[in-house]
Amino acid sequence: MTRHRSFFAAPGVALAAAVAAPAAAQDADCPVKVGVLHSLSGTMAISETTLKDTMEMLIDLQNDEGGVLGCEIEPVVVDPASDWPLFAEKARELLTVHEVDVIFGTWTSVSRKSVLPVLEELNGLMFYPVQYEGEESSKNVFYTGAAPNQQAIPAVDYFLEELGVEKFALLGTDYVYPRTTNNILQSYLQEQGIPEEDIFVNYTPFGHSDWSTIVSDVRELAADGSFVGVVSTINGDANVGFYKELAAQGVDAADIPVVAFSVGEEELSGFDTSNLVGHLAAWNYFQSADTEANEEWVAAWKARMGEDRVTNDPMEAHYIGFNMWVNAVEEAGTTDVDAVREAMWGQEFPNLTGGTAVMQPNHHLTKPVLIGDITEDGQFDIISQTEEVPGDAWTDFLPDSAVLVSDWQELGCGMYNTATESCVQIESNY
Amino acid sequence: MLLRFLRTLLLVLLAVPTAGAAETLQDILQRHADEVADPGRRTVGPVIEDLVASGLPGVPSFLTAWSAREVVQRPGDGLFFVAEETGDDRLTLRDVATGEALATDVPEDTVEEVRPNGGVRRVIGTALVQFQLADPDPEVRRDAVQALSRSLEPDQIAPLERSIPGESDPALKARKEQLLAYLQARYGATTEARVAALDSLAGDLSVETRAVLNQVLDTEFRIAETPPEGPRVARVLTPGEDISREEAHAAIVEAGRAAAGPTPGEVKAALEANIAGGRVGGVPVAQLSSEAARARAYAALAEAGTVPPLVSPAQIEAALERHSFFEEYTETDAEVIAAAARALASTEVNVGLNQGLDLGLDALSLASIYFLAAIGLAITFGVMGVINMAHGEFIMMGAYTGYVVQLVIPDYTLSLVVALPLAFAVTFGAGVALERLVIRWLYHRPLETLLATFGVSIMLQQLAKNIFGTQARPLTAPGWLDGSLVVNDIVSISYIRIAIFVMALIFLAVLLVVLNRTRLGLEVRAVTQNPGMAASMGIDPDRINMLTFGLGSGIAGIAGVAIGLYAKVTSEMGQDYIVQSFMTVVVGGVGNVWGTLAGAGLIGIFQKSVEWLNPSNTLAAQTYMVLFIVLFIQIRPRGIVALRGRAAEA
Amino acid sequence: MSVAAMPSRPVRKRLLEANPSVAWFLAILALFCLGVTALAEATGTGALSTSMIKTLGKTLCLCLVALAMDVVWGYQGILSLGHMAFFGLGGYAIGMWLMYARTEIIVAESLAEAAIPPTPAEIEDAIATQIFGVVGSDQFPAIWAFADSLVLQLAMVVAVPGLLALVFGWLAFRSRVTGVYLSILTQAMTLALSLYLFQNDSGLRGNNGLSGLQNLPGLDAVDQATVSIAFFYASAAALAAGYLLFAWVTSGKMGSVIRAIRDDEARVRFLGYHVESYKLFVFTLTAVVAGIAGALYYPQAGIINPAELAPIASIYLAVWVAIGGRGRLYGAVIGAAFVSLLSSWFTGGGAPDVDLGVYTIRWTDWWLVLLGVSFVLTTLYAPKGLGGLIDVIEARRARRRVGDYGPDKGALRREEGPPQ
Repeated sequence: MTRHRSFFAAPGVALAAAVAAPAAAQDADCPVKVGVLHSLSGTMAISETTLKDTMEMLIDLQNDEGGVLGCEIEPVVVDPASDWPLFAEKARELLTVHEVDVIFGTWTSVSRKSVLPVLEELNGLMFYPVQYEGEESSKNVFYTGAAPNQQAIPAVDYFLEELGVEKFALLGTDYVYPRTTNNILQSYLQEQGIPEEDIFVNYTPFGHSDWSTIVSDVRELAADGSFVGVVSTINGDANVGFYKELAAQGVDAADIPVVAFSVGEEELSGFDTSNLVGHLAAWNYFQSADTEANEEWVAAWKARMGEDRVTNDPMEAHYIGFNMWVNAVEEAGTTDVDAVREAMWGQEFPNLTGGTAVMQPNHHLTKPVLIGDITEDGQFDIISQTEEVPGDAWTDFLPDSAVLVSDWQELGCGMYNTATESCVQIESNY
Repeated sequence: MLLRFLRTLLLVLLAVPTAGAAETLQDILQRHADEVADPGRRTVGPVIEDLVASGLPGVPSFLTAWSAREVVQRPGDGLFFVAEETGDDRLTLRDVATGEALATDVPEDTVEEVRPNGGVRRVIGTALVQFQLADPDPEVRRDAVQALSRSLEPDQIAPLERSIPGESDPALKARKEQLLAYLQARYGATTEARVAALDSLAGDLSVETRAVLNQVLDTEFRIAETPPEGPRVARVLTPGEDISREEAHAAIVEAGRAAAGPTPGEVKAALEANIAGGRVGGVPVAQLSSEAARARAYAALAEAGTVPPLVSPAQIEAALERHSFFEEYTETDAEVIAAAARALASTEVNVGLNQGLDLGLDALSLASIYFLAAIGLAITFGVMGVINMAHGEFIMMGAYTGYVVQLVIPDYTLSLVVALPLAFAVTFGAGVALERLVIRWLYHRPLETLLATFGVSIMLQQLAKNIFGTQARPLTAPGWLDGSLVVNDIVSISYIRIAIFVMALIFLAVLLVVLNRTRLGLEVRAVTQNPGMAASMGIDPDRINMLTFGLGSGIAGIAGVAIGLYAKVTSEMGQDYIVQSFMTVVVGGVGNVWGTLAGAGLIGIFQKSVEWLNPSNTLAAQTYMVLFIVLFIQIRPRGIVALRGRAAEA
Repeated sequence: MSVAAMPSRPVRKRLLEANPSVAWFLAILALFCLGVTALAEATGTGALSTSMIKTLGKTLCLCLVALAMDVVWGYQGILSLGHMAFFGLGGYAIGMWLMYARTEIIVAESLAEAAIPPTPAEIEDAIATQIFGVVGSDQFPAIWAFADSLVLQLAMVVAVPGLLALVFGWLAFRSRVTGVYLSILTQAMTLALSLYLFQNDSGLRGNNGLSGLQNLPGLDAVDQATVSIAFFYASAAALAAGYLLFAWVTSGKMGSVIRAIRDDEARVRFLGYHVESYKLFVFTLTAVVAGIAGALYYPQAGIINPAELAPIASIYLAVWVAIGGRGRLYGAVIGAAFVSLLSSWFTGGGAPDVDLGVYTIRWTDWWLVLLGVSFVLTTLYAPKGLGGLIDVIEARRARRRVGDYGPDKGALRREEGPPQ
């Protein structure tokens, strides 16, 4: 297992300390318990099961390296079954019955919002691995997925700068992530000089399949001679029908490019991509990223799960989150939530796509933004990669949020109003 | 000989360009090395200009390779090559200018791939146009014409005009002429040429043509003190109607023709900044929790001259009175404006009609999907009166059958031919099993049939999840169903939807024939209306019930294949259709296949109409549809096509 | 009602006589509460975790809505697939106040430090931004007009499901929609409602729903262990009250008419009863009770969102009642408690995997299959459900009626009282 050493011992010191002085002022009950709160049944199982497998793999690998604080790490896996209230119940169970030291979990925003009050009440610690709409910073959550400024804004910049798109169709599934993201994008685009009437917004229900009218509407947008681009926050199954309709109506990526925020390798394995070549996706990670660490990671994943399995962005988020947590625990010498939180600020770990992820005091990471073209084999050809962008908890492009900042280290507040110089609230909005 | 040539070439490549010596392609590339390796849409221009200006023969082929992401850079010396994959992650590196193989069997990871993005490729494509318009290969010319259509530039008129006489392909020639008309309309040198081109575009429905016309008729928002006149005025805007009063006033302020009043935020900030001894402008701070008190305090501050005064509504009114707001064409030539407006007007009515037609086609297509999903139910529920909540799961079983067949038979056409009857067979069997094992015992307890079949439904759904996983599975249509039937740029419908529509018609016909013209149909109707009497006439009701139920389920299976082709195959797909299907049957009228058709039609048209009225929210359309159905059933509890007499009581 | 005019003692006696289960039920419920009190974290040894108390409290609420379902279906023969929607509406009504009041406190705290005191409009804007910021809006929709008042929102808990049931029932019963049609119609209503709530434009935060409901405004100092046991008592009290109410409704003359409507609606109408009024009364009453159950349930669950109102939830409700045994009140309670607790035990990974050698049965994957099969079997072979076991224990077998024991074709049961 030495070949994995490189990416588990990266910021070094910690592991040596663990092996050398396992008893030095360490107040951890062995085994260290890690809660895994991902749906294994129901509609979200499709996405979340992979993350449960990722966590199990990360924990196994870490145990091979000697665990943490000299203790074996024990995963506690529960199944909230894609049922939002059940997420809160299971989180409480993890924290009070199983007494886990940290939770890695949830996918949808609503499940995160369901868990938040429990975490804040019981002072738990959770790592949230999925790109989300931002506008939140909880004392008890570390957001290892992308905030809007780490995915949506750079993708739209790419549309404006590199493709010269003049008219935007923002298509999304009707729930909080697309709603908020599109709101931010609308105000950002207007700031960039795109008039309001040149932004077409449409929301469809989960699992929508009748796309012909909507795709026709989008094509019709080009009737005034503008170059039209589609920003898709369509989620899950509905993408299958959407891309099939794009292909059927012959929408060429050169005429109307589509950039998706919720379509990754895992989703593409659900359909034939030969008609979608050239459409885009924006993420912080693609399996095709050309680094040594990534090659090892993909190989380890395939060796464990099978050759035809793919890796994706939320997996990388857990990879970074888990390793940062391990290092923070080693640094703090305890699994105590408050101590670990303090050790997390400024924690660094190499990204799989190159560069270094740094945990900000606002509990978001610095990450590079990647834009990829869909290729025939269901992978992405990376055509643009930025420097690391620090995640922004409160967007600068909505008037109400622009004045807010989050800084747990200096200000001790996740929602600090810079205009009135006061902390709006310590607990989060749910 | 060859060796010597290569050596010289290498020397040339490595040589520092000396004054006087002709620059090679590689030299130009090296001069712009960073930009070539990592091009951006806005910065790539000079590189391409240099390349084109050099007039070197290798430029077009290099540009093509660059755009196709075949160019690589060697990290050691920074030289560019055209790479050709030879398998096993090995490349052959060729010279950028001549295509000569310089190195073979180079491992892929020792060179850097150059990946121009979509925007850059467009720019490259545009630059290539002039080389390709007269290329002998019609494919290349087609690419050139397509690239040209994506970015119309004035300097393309001449090369395009030159290439038309020599064009041998009639389709391409027509396309070139059309593009020339676009170019002439927008950039033509004389008013006559532009008007003529514009007139030739009148009546054309294509998005491209309308785009050109709209670009000619591009407008700008303007403010003036005097009411506008002349042909360039596109539209006069009345504040409060065409433009909000706030916006209008903001525009006046922006133009520097009126003073901006403080915004509510500024008022508040000013009050905060002027707190003196617990009072602002004489008003105690504690009282400032009402708008009136704040206005009083601010007025007092303004009186004292500490803050800019508020702009009163009367001042705003006066400013708005003083100014006119209008949109003005950016085009200055009145004749061109008139011609373009004429051409656009000639398409407008047609566009509207065609949009209506397209919406109608979509509604028809949606209706046929609903019909297909519901027709099996029209038999089991409509004719037999059995509520089968597992109907949706039969649709799912059919779709998964199609998926499994495609795993075994890779040919999509053949697999479809196999999948349709197989899906029927599988779900027919499942239906018969369900009828024999469960439903037969519950004919007198319809509510309990509902519950028992619901149990079957959740069981089947979970089984599908356990077998196939929760991920959506692909069911790919054969190639000849790809694409769509394009009438014009507005009216088009995908072949797969046409196929579904045809299939729905076939089912309708088959079902009508089976029910009305065959012995089985007669027996089915007899058993449904009066099982006791039918039994006395020598009909075996058990057998008939079994067969009817099997038939209904089998049709659901075939519908599943069709639905899977156009949408997705998941374990939950049945749920998307079950409630809708029941609605379709109930709205249409139970016990009648025509009723189901009417129901599907009504629901499809209604849903599309609501979507058209509120295009940004598809979910609302579904809500209103269900609401509409609930109300509709109030008015016609027995559906559109109501049976009368005894059959209605069955 | 003639019953009400009688002296109270005989009524109580008759109610208990007609429903011996009432005394039993209340006694068992009381015992259960005592047991939980002794074991809870806040009041006893702490053997039962707070999350377990919440689960038990929620189960009691589910029992209450199952009771309502049993009355409308088992006694009156309307298979309503909409009662979980009423349940959800009750939850939304109370959830609006909980969110508003909690946010108001937060906003008041943060604005208290401002240099000038905020205007009422500013306070409201700030609350709206807090609540709707996550769904990309900052305006209060009209339906939040009463959200600042606990009393009015509590009235909404009763009024909204009640009015909806009244209007819907009036429309449906008036046009004589019965049987499976009525079921499908109620299902359509549920679907429309959940689709409506799924929209962001509905003003109830769309797919996100209302969350953080377990934090009671102004009671931050009280820990969740205490809150959970308080809600547990409240749920138990509501269940007891609901049981008494429904025992009263289903006994006596009214109970007979209701059952008669189930067994043969036309005949009851010919006898001169205004069938529609009875149906409407029961439908509306049960909807109100469902709303109250929901208002108690969701503060314990902590979050409500439109998925809770989806048609499938109402079908599960019918499943509980059917498995428990319809047409008897304790059957509904047994069914709801048994199936929902069993379900969370199986899906929570509590059940051990079964290794068959070639294949390992993981219950998280196979529980729904098991539920589906057992449900079909119950419908086919044990239409009386689990409640039927009580008959066996009591050895008070009714006449055998295999197959046709449903609430349709003139079924008649001894334990439902003598024929009138």
